[in-house]
Amino acid sequence: MNRLRPVLGDLLTYALGYALALALTFTAFALVYFRLAAPQTIFAIILVLGLAQIIVHMRCFLHLSLQRSARADLMLVLFSSLIIALMVGGTLVVLFNLRARMM
Amino acid sequence: MAGVNEPELLHAGLNLANHPSEKQAQVESDVFGFWVFLMSDAILFALLFVVYGTMLDATAGVPAPHTDFKFSSSFLETLALLSSSFAYGMVSLNLKLGASRRWIWGWLGVTFLLGAWFLRLEIGDFTDMVAHGETAQASGALSSFFVLVGTHGLHVTCGLIWIVIMAVQLAIHDIDERVKINLIRLGLFWHFLDVVWVAIFTIVYLRGLLA
Repeated sequence: MNRLRPVLGDLLTYALGYALALALTFTAFALVYFRLAAPQTIFAIILVLGLAQIIVHMRCFLHLSLQRSARADLMLVLFSSLIIALMVGGTLVVLFNLRARMM
Repeated sequence: MAGVNEPELLHAGLNLANHPSEKQAQVESDVFGFWVFLMSDAILFALLFVVYGTMLDATAGVPAPHTDFKFSSSFLETLALLSSSFAYGMVSLNLKLGASRRWIWGWLGVTFLLGAWFLRLEIGDFTDMVAHGETAQASGALSSFFVLVGTHGLHVTCGLIWIVIMAVQLAIHDIDERVKINLIRLGLFWHFLDVVWVAIFTIVYLRGLLA
């Protein structure tokens, strides 16, 4: 029985992750389907919802956390996110600036 | 069952810190190594997203990709992949619980079927687009769309093949340590693919459906 207890906690983590991810997905699709706001506003909101869902996946399914055992993984993911932000941001700035100058 | 009476390495991805033994340290470094691969993959996907973003207007007189996006299929694809990710979580839980192989095969099967359903829907989308003349070589926007979404689909295909391989490994080796570590790696891979899909359905599909 003492083995079942932590497993129950993990089951709850997965169930919580699934429920949160479903809720965030439904919200994002509903916003687009019913056009509940101006397109620009909806796009901004679904970007935030997507980011929230990625964090939910990382926490509940991929088990990233601040615990010692997952700290190195978390640092790697955060560093990779920094690299991605720099590369994505830099590329977008350069290419859109280039396009604006070509027009 | 072989795994039930071994207190160590019940399921490394979930409770590594509970048994700080050498074996745990080895698994931690194996898992970390796989995270390094996943993050290099994440950078690949991030750059494909950027290419897609900068190519949106490069339609070359052909209809843009989003004119053929369907709300229902992108929604069902999202549900299929999310549910398969949850199903794989049940594989990990059964592994931790020391359940019999039958349970692990069962949940691997559910994961596989949901993943295959996702792929079937995606291939249906692609063939529809191609039938409407929206082929990968028609415009820059379509090329970058097919490369981005197709790369993800290719990953899902590899994941499905990997699931089959793990089912066979389970049959041959039972639940030994190497099989466990492989199942943990496959879990990370599968959950990661769902994370990438979250970005795809938000930035590609929902954005396209808004336009």
